[in-house]
Amino acid sequence: MSTLTIDKAGPTRKVKYGSMSRDRAWALRWSYFFLVLFAIFSLVPPIYMLITSLKGSAEISAATNPWWVFHPTLENYAGLLTSNQFLTFFRNSALVSIFVVTITMLISVPAAFALARMKFWGSATLATGVFLTYLIPDSLLFIPLFKMFATIGDWTGIQLINRWYVLLFIYPTLTVPFCTWIMIGYFASIPKELDEAAIIDGASWFQTLTRIFIPVALPGLIAATIFAFTVSWAQFLYPMVFTTSADQLVLPAGIITTLIKGDVFNWGQIMTGALLGAAPPLIIYAFLMDYYIAGLTAGATKG
Amino acid sequence: MADVTLRKVIKRYDEVEAVRGIDLDIADHEFVVLVGPSGCGKSTTLRMIAGLEDITDGDIMIGGDVVNDVPPKDRDIAMVFQNYALYPHMTVAENMSFGLRLKHYPKAEIKSRVTEAARMLDITDLIDRKPKQLSGGQRQRVAMGRAIVRNPKVFLFDEPLSNLDAKLRVQMRIEIKKVHQKVRTTTVYVTHDQVEAMTLADRVVVMNNGRIEQIGTPNDLYHKPATRFVAGFIGSPAMNFVPCRLEEAGGKLNIRLTDRIAFPLPPARAARYQNVARSEKLLLGIRPEHITEAKPHSEPGVENFDTVLDVTEPMGMETLIYFLLDGLEVCGRVNPNAGARDGGPLRLAVDLNNMHLLNEGTGVVL
Repeated sequence: MSTLTIDKAGPTRKVKYGSMSRDRAWALRWSYFFLVLFAIFSLVPPIYMLITSLKGSAEISAATNPWWVFHPTLENYAGLLTSNQFLTFFRNSALVSIFVVTITMLISVPAAFALARMKFWGSATLATGVFLTYLIPDSLLFIPLFKMFATIGDWTGIQLINRWYVLLFIYPTLTVPFCTWIMIGYFASIPKELDEAAIIDGASWFQTLTRIFIPVALPGLIAATIFAFTVSWAQFLYPMVFTTSADQLVLPAGIITTLIKGDVFNWGQIMTGALLGAAPPLIIYAFLMDYYIAGLTAGATKG
Repeated sequence: MADVTLRKVIKRYDEVEAVRGIDLDIADHEFVVLVGPSGCGKSTTLRMIAGLEDITDGDIMIGGDVVNDVPPKDRDIAMVFQNYALYPHMTVAENMSFGLRLKHYPKAEIKSRVTEAARMLDITDLIDRKPKQLSGGQRQRVAMGRAIVRNPKVFLFDEPLSNLDAKLRVQMRIEIKKVHQKVRTTTVYVTHDQVEAMTLADRVVVMNNGRIEQIGTPNDLYHKPATRFVAGFIGSPAMNFVPCRLEEAGGKLNIRLTDRIAFPLPPARAARYQNVARSEKLLLGIRPEHITEAKPHSEPGVENFDTVLDVTEPMGMETLIYFLLDGLEVCGRVNPNAGARDGGPLRLAVDLNNMHLLNEGTGVVL
């Protein structure tokens, strides 16, 4: 019905979006290429761990195809989950992480608030200083720290070395500076008028922090919490140095110390232990991912 | 409710003096607007009254008490900010009641005050919404509601309408005026918009460069400006300033604008400017509405002259005209039917009964 195709828009002109969409298509292709590459790169090790964890020790030593399980078994899982030792590691890790996260938040949130808002003499320098401490690697610090705690033990008789709770003093040296830094950035993005309004409404500094800043900066707070948890959960060097007795060990140190006997590597259980150990942070990430991303990009998008 | 008094208030930031000795008396129930260009110290003055800035020197009194060292929360003031500063995680009701809850008011009292304020501001339906679900105008209402429920001695407004579009601004301006008529709380309002200042204020305080240029009712400032700054700042389009001098001609006083144009002064004006030195460099200040099309019959003090128009701007109820006087652009307002057109000739009348004579050097209106 050609009579119905009346062109009301006047002379027709072929609109070309060509170059624009071609650019976009190429950009997308490259993005996918690299995303897939990095996805493979980061997913292969855990998959390899999962496969190995499902194999019995006979199959592992038989060196069959490493990417396939011929006789799947849960014996590694059963072995670890019924072993008191492993559960002790798990408990120690959980205790250390929960306490460290709590301590970190109790220190870094008020510290960040003070540094971001209560302009006092030297606050800017102090804020930079906080960040600089984070740049010192733990491999430089563990010997002086060990010496320090040994000396404290000698002087006061309070023995902290080889106790799991010594880690509660040490991990915050890593987590507090970084979390303070994240929170400073996040607090700084909150408009100044908001705390002025709160102050005029009659809030004290503490009330401004607890009733305005913490709820408003919740995504940042959660990002900082996840970070503190991940750092303390995955920390390897310090627990290796500071704790030695089997009942004081945390997961990463425990797996290495107890499942490698001399030159005998109990690969099945090592992989299983590592996988089980990776589970809690993974679960936390999965649930709080949106908050985490919102927190890390806060400074970038809010004026 | 209370009066607010500023005595020789100075604010210094390191090297810069933002406020240079301000004296201001604001009566109980009064609506005072601080107006001036950006950087004139008006916001700093407001923030000092609020207690958000320390004062370097001088005294601020609220209700007769010196509050120099009193923290903001104990000054019994409420403030409305330009960007509303609503608490994003609280509902409208929670935002409005935050101050009362901090002071542990009984729940019933809080509820009745919030309900009353919401009714007054017409936001009853929005009471359970979060700020991000509100439009700019609604947010501004909530911010005002937060101030009203506190029933403070003084309201402070810091450019509250600057973030709104032009139409909404006019609407909210009326809203603010209505609220003030109802609650009668002493109000200090800061704006850079002279129209807002004129329409809202009982008295306007014009500030410039950290000092008060003039305090007066909107009409006083408009008709009797004290300085060139005030004369030029208040009114839109702005007052014209034309270099001139006085000269004697046949026992009468003339004002000479250019070599070709000189007008005899009306008797009242002549008497007033009798003692001004003839050699003094002067400025004629004349508002655009006092330069109109020439009338068929002559009036005392109204002088006609011919000119060629440069540009015309039809506004509907009037036409703004621009012409050059010795290279200087001058603006007038004529009747749309007066035949004004771009580049066309027109016979104009200047009403010297409403002229101002300024000292060019000091900027003082004589």
